[in-house]
Amino acid sequence: MTAIVDLDGVTFAYGDTVAVRDVSLTVEEGDFLGLVGPNGSGKTTLLHLMLGLHEPDEGSVELFGRPVDEFDDGGRIGYVSQKATSRGGAMPVTVRECVTMGRFAHAGRGRLSEADRAAVADAIETVGIVDLADRLVSELSGGQKQRAYIARALASDADLLALDEPTVGVDAESRDAFYALLDELNGEGITIILIEHDIGVVTDRANRIACINTELYHHGDTESFVESDALAEAYGTTGQVVHHHH
Amino acid sequence: MSGDTPSGPRDADAETGMEARPDRGLRRRVELAGIGLTAFVALGMLGFLLLYWARDFPVANQLYATFRSFGRGMDAALGTNVFRHPIMWQSMAVGVLVGVVAPLVGSFLVHREMALIGETLAHTAFAGVAIGILVNATTGWNGSLLLIALVVGILGALVVQWLTERTDAYGDVPIAIMLSGSFAVGTLIVSYGRGLTAINIEGYLFGNLAVVTAEGARLMGALSLLVVAGVALTYKQLLFITFDEQAARVAQLNVTGYNTLLVVLTAVVVVGAMQVLGVILVAAMLVVPVAAASQIARSFRETMYLAVIFGQLSVIGGFAVSIGLGLPSGGSIVVTAIAVYLASIVGSGFSVKAISAHG
Repeated sequence: MTAIVDLDGVTFAYGDTVAVRDVSLTVEEGDFLGLVGPNGSGKTTLLHLMLGLHEPDEGSVELFGRPVDEFDDGGRIGYVSQKATSRGGAMPVTVRECVTMGRFAHAGRGRLSEADRAAVADAIETVGIVDLADRLVSELSGGQKQRAYIARALASDADLLALDEPTVGVDAESRDAFYALLDELNGEGITIILIEHDIGVVTDRANRIACINTELYHHGDTESFVESDALAEAYGTTGQVVHHHH
Repeated sequence: MSGDTPSGPRDADAETGMEARPDRGLRRRVELAGIGLTAFVALGMLGFLLLYWARDFPVANQLYATFRSFGRGMDAALGTNVFRHPIMWQSMAVGVLVGVVAPLVGSFLVHREMALIGETLAHTAFAGVAIGILVNATTGWNGSLLLIALVVGILGALVVQWLTERTDAYGDVPIAIMLSGSFAVGTLIVSYGRGLTAINIEGYLFGNLAVVTAEGARLMGALSLLVVAGVALTYKQLLFITFDEQAARVAQLNVTGYNTLLVVLTAVVVVGAMQVLGVILVAAMLVVPVAAASQIARSFRETMYLAVIFGQLSVIGGFAVSIGLGLPSGGSIVVTAIAVYLASIVGSGFSVKAISAHG
């Protein structure tokens, strides 16, 4: 097993407010890691630290075996931010243009090659939005938008998908279909890190769970998380993991 | 994930394209014709600037004489007294080039919610003009005001970029401070230098065809080539950053570098455009044609094409109004641009109807 992300004693504060304290965890190749915790618990900050969007105050972060500030192979990561999917911006960008952005980490300055175009078409087909390719992203439903962003990540040949609450505002049916797609991609060997507020969904889908509330309360396989008290401790209440049955 | 089954997806694309094809094909042809015409006019204007510059050399001399008689012919045909004067062609050249480069850069600015940056940099450039006037008056140095405005404008762009990086957003507070602060400095310098110089500062404030000098027009020509090349070379990166800055950072794009490039290109456009549009109206050409294009565009590429076409329509229409009615060029161009914008709103209403009728 190769470490995709390796955090060692990572601490990060916004001014005087510590958002993440002394977190050490490793995401292995092929993991489907669910990142859970209460609102404001530092989940998004932790994800940003993993991806190099924040620099830790203490500790170290490695991405694909390299210190995160030296990592330069952006095409290996597909990132879907909370902002990207929730924005109601009116920028006229088609699904195809959006997915094509996934190739920009590879294409440099020149024109896109045939292989680039093929990768884009392939990604659009994989997520099942061929009929939406020429529609504007701003006109899509939440679930369709998610697929467009996942296609962008796939077009970049990403080995790691990092998703920050991707199904907020998505109806239940589209959400199930979306998670089925994630399962499929994980089955093909793509490592997934998923922030999801619905703990039932995460424990159904992910094979590893990291539970955080500033500090790391649990990191391990899903079964041990369900059996542990980490959830209650992190949320400060006695919570019960709810399983959805499909 | 990529590339191993190229034929399948492309066939699928072809299938899905079928439905909307006749409409899209016509639309595309009209756009391409518009872009082609714009490029033709812009290249013609660059050609004129080159010819005017080289008019003392033998071959150019003859070509220039031919061009002058063409201008006189136009005047005779239109009953005007405009096209025989090289200074008018210079102004028109600057206008046409502004009509290309301002919407080009504006397409990114508008969708990053940075529309006011153009306004800010225009005010900074105005401070540059004021400094230039003062230096000219006090030292006897006879350099180009625009060159000083360009330097000050670019420095202003770098300061805005630095401020926004540190405030962690394109917040409007640092921009508002820069905007009014640099204009305040400009007015102080102008008022201090009043009496020392005969240069008409109003021309820079409101735009005036007569402000355009041969040197200013040549500078605009060179800057336009720079801006078009800059946008063409970094189109993909600017698009990605504009659409989803965080994802672009994760993809290891040099976001700070491209952001800096964008504000510097904006400063360059603004200084060029200030000559015909004036400090106060310059931001309009960065914003209004893009807003009009965004009303009806069906992709980002189409937004850029339409913004350039609308920009050109505004400039040429505005010149016609300005020359025909003897009004200031800046106001005429901006009012024409707003007319185009209103028309695009009406047009987008019509196209929505047409689509639902097909459905």
